Amino acid sequence: MATEILMPALSPTMEEGTLAKWLVKPGDAVKSGDILAEIETDKATMEFEAVDEGTVGELLVSEGTEGVKVNAPIATLLAEGEEADEAKPAAQPAAEPGKGESAKDETGEAPERVPAVAKSAVESVETRDPAAEAPEWPEGTAMKTMTVREALREAMAEEMERDETVFLMGEEVGEYQGAYKISQCLLEQFGARRVVDTPITEHGFTGIGVGAAFGGLRPIVEFMTFNFAMQAMDQIVNSAAKTLYMSGGQMGCPIVFRGPNGAAARVAAQHSQDYAAWYAHIPGLKVVQPYSAADAKGLLKTAIRDPNPIIFLENEILYGRSFEVPDLEDFTVPFGKAKIARKGRDVTIVSFGIGMAHALEAAEKLAGDGIEAEVIDLRTLRPMDTAAVIESVKRTNRCVTVEEGFPVGSIGNHISAVLMEQAFDWLDAPVINCTGKDVPMPYAANLERLALVTADEVVQAVKQVTYR
Amino acid sequence: MARAASPRTAAPREEAPAQGSGNGGGANVSKDELLKYYREMLLIRRFEEKAGQLYGMGLIGGFCHLYIGQEAVVVGLEAAAQEGDKRITSYRDHGHMLASGMNPRGVMAELTGRIDGYSKGKGGSMHMFSREKHFYGGHGIVAAQVPIGAGLAFADKYLGNDNVTFTYFGDGAANQGQVYETYNMAELWSLPVVFVIENNQYAMGTSVRRSTKSRTLYGRGEAFGIPGEQVDGMDVLAVKAAGEKAVAHCRAGNGPYILEVMTYRYRGHSMSDPAKYRTREEVQKMRDERDAIEHVRQLLLSGGHASEDDLKAVDKEIREIVNDSADFARESPEPPVEELWTDIYADTIPQAEAADRNA
Repeated sequence: MATEILMPALSPTMEEGTLAKWLVKPGDAVKSGDILAEIETDKATMEFEAVDEGTVGELLVSEGTEGVKVNAPIATLLAEGEEADEAKPAAQPAAEPGKGESAKDETGEAPERVPAVAKSAVESVETRDPAAEAPEWPEGTAMKTMTVREALREAMAEEMERDETVFLMGEEVGEYQGAYKISQCLLEQFGARRVVDTPITEHGFTGIGVGAAFGGLRPIVEFMTFNFAMQAMDQIVNSAAKTLYMSGGQMGCPIVFRGPNGAAARVAAQHSQDYAAWYAHIPGLKVVQPYSAADAKGLLKTAIRDPNPIIFLENEILYGRSFEVPDLEDFTVPFGKAKIARKGRDVTIVSFGIGMAHALEAAEKLAGDGIEAEVIDLRTLRPMDTAAVIESVKRTNRCVTVEEGFPVGSIGNHISAVLMEQAFDWLDAPVINCTGKDVPMPYAANLERLALVTADEVVQAVKQVTYR
Repeated sequence: MARAASPRTAAPREEAPAQGSGNGGGANVSKDELLKYYREMLLIRRFEEKAGQLYGMGLIGGFCHLYIGQEAVVVGLEAAAQEGDKRITSYRDHGHMLASGMNPRGVMAELTGRIDGYSKGKGGSMHMFSREKHFYGGHGIVAAQVPIGAGLAFADKYLGNDNVTFTYFGDGAANQGQVYETYNMAELWSLPVVFVIENNQYAMGTSVRRSTKSRTLYGRGEAFGIPGEQVDGMDVLAVKAAGEKAVAHCRAGNGPYILEVMTYRYRGHSMSDPAKYRTREEVQKMRDERDAIEHVRQLLLSGGHASEDDLKAVDKEIREIVNDSADFARESPEPPVEELWTDIYADTIPQAEAADRNA
């Protein structure tokens, strides 16, 4: 009986990849450990090894095919004595027309023979009701579809082009092209003076970054993930955030600390934490957590130009998502200005970062039940556009907050307090904070799902505050 | 222990500060220079004594770490610096500020928490900065200034000037991990930074021998390829000579250099010090036999460079400067309450404005 060789998942968040190159052909004998193919993901190119012995039957996916889903059959392997023909797998169902817009992948085309995997709205391309948003760019601006990853890279490249004192430092930002490929090609474009690979030494290189900022440069310090920035917390909080104040305004620290934050997928407790509330606690820091590619680009450019220390919280799961980005020469998004991502009159859902995916998915489901939710994307947590939240709540009289972080001392707690103090008379129900659960992130897939905030929880919370 | 590529590196010395080694480095030193060092060291000592008094009177609060006994370290190293060079240190920073030319009035007024202090009264004893004098603080977390100092040097190298950064830290800080993270990158990237370990032999109350079995602290740089040496920190001329060598090494593009300057703090770690971890006799012996100011005073007198009367005149002048700073610091008003809410965020980079003005 022939076995199918399936598209492997080569990283915790990989959902699909490109079959870059076949290193075997039908009829080749392979044994365990032989390299079968080169597979590319948005993070890296990797070699895919055989785990079984046999003869290669048929290659089901041709070289160069993009968007091959994890676990889709890519080849067949014949046991001893089998013929290629009998091994042909039963005809696969053609790619499903997809669940509406959401099945469209980054390339816009699903490869043949690959069964489309139903994707939740969380994974969808962001194409929701652009009319609901106040325009942040001139009418008629050409748009281009871009991943968050490309948007971040473009923002850095544009600012490095613009200002000679901007440089990038961090682990694997140069020759490796970025652990998450955010800095892809920057070394080639700007050279090793401005794209600086550091040893694995967060506390040290963060301090060096702070000193370089004191000394007249504008460093972008990449943390491979913000989990590792805890080793550098003293330099971020005590040195970067407080020096302007301690020096009576003489010494500023223009620096951007950026990198993925929050849960990725199946990487357990030490690598899955949302630090939004931690950093938002500190006067002297500005804290940014974008959701869309346009905001990622516009806010990162603003961050690099800002004369203060900026915490720029990205999200690994969002890196590969595509959004419409205005095709402007110099597109920036101001800090402290929330965005109404969806208009509604029945309830205000406030979120930021990947929480926006859950908020928007919930709003879509709620619309089906006749509840029109207004969804506000805070975009920056410090300064926070609480005025926009209050304004909205005065219209909807109800509020649910959504974030991935822990519940105690959360951003949602802060918003609840602000609403109590400044919009108490307008509230018709207690504010509910939807957050990650109050547990270290578990590894097991089922437990991890339970630990994370979900769109269904947001739906439930909204029904609670609207008494439905 | 020094790496072969750096022939200028001195062989290690394991002993405590050399006993009365005369004018270190064997340099011929002019009368003017000697008088200058005498004056600068004396200013620090009298200033610190006055700060101690004001603390006792309740005019200075919180932590106050005095530099008395260590004066030759900064004065000797400042003699090796040129305009544009940067300096950064820990919380025992008054001496560094005075030696870099910062105004005693502004320093004392910061100690009393007044608006005319260098940080408008918002930083205090441990947190002062001067962009004009290239003094980058005043850092309260032990060893946090070490990577920052290397970062300043990173900026200078990036900008292509030949400035050097003096990064001061104590024997206590030398046990913090970030020092070694910094050593590694400073040597890897050939940063022009002089790491100055002010080994006053006590980290608060813990003596060096109770905190490490390393025979020297500068020798730890060898693991990273950084040359260094021990220096008699009670001899300002020896410090200056070593500083010149270190600076030349950095300015030539050879990367960092470590000076372990053997010194001694006469006063407690801070104003509240139990004084139980060393004997009174030990302190008195250092004061009697190794005092850096007395050493220069003897050189001036024995060399016929100055008379007792000349030196008395200097003493008088210094006392006047210090008394003036104390009067100023008492009279300067507390910061207005609006200052609570200023300087949290910048609209422009303040040090960039300073650079523009200096350009």
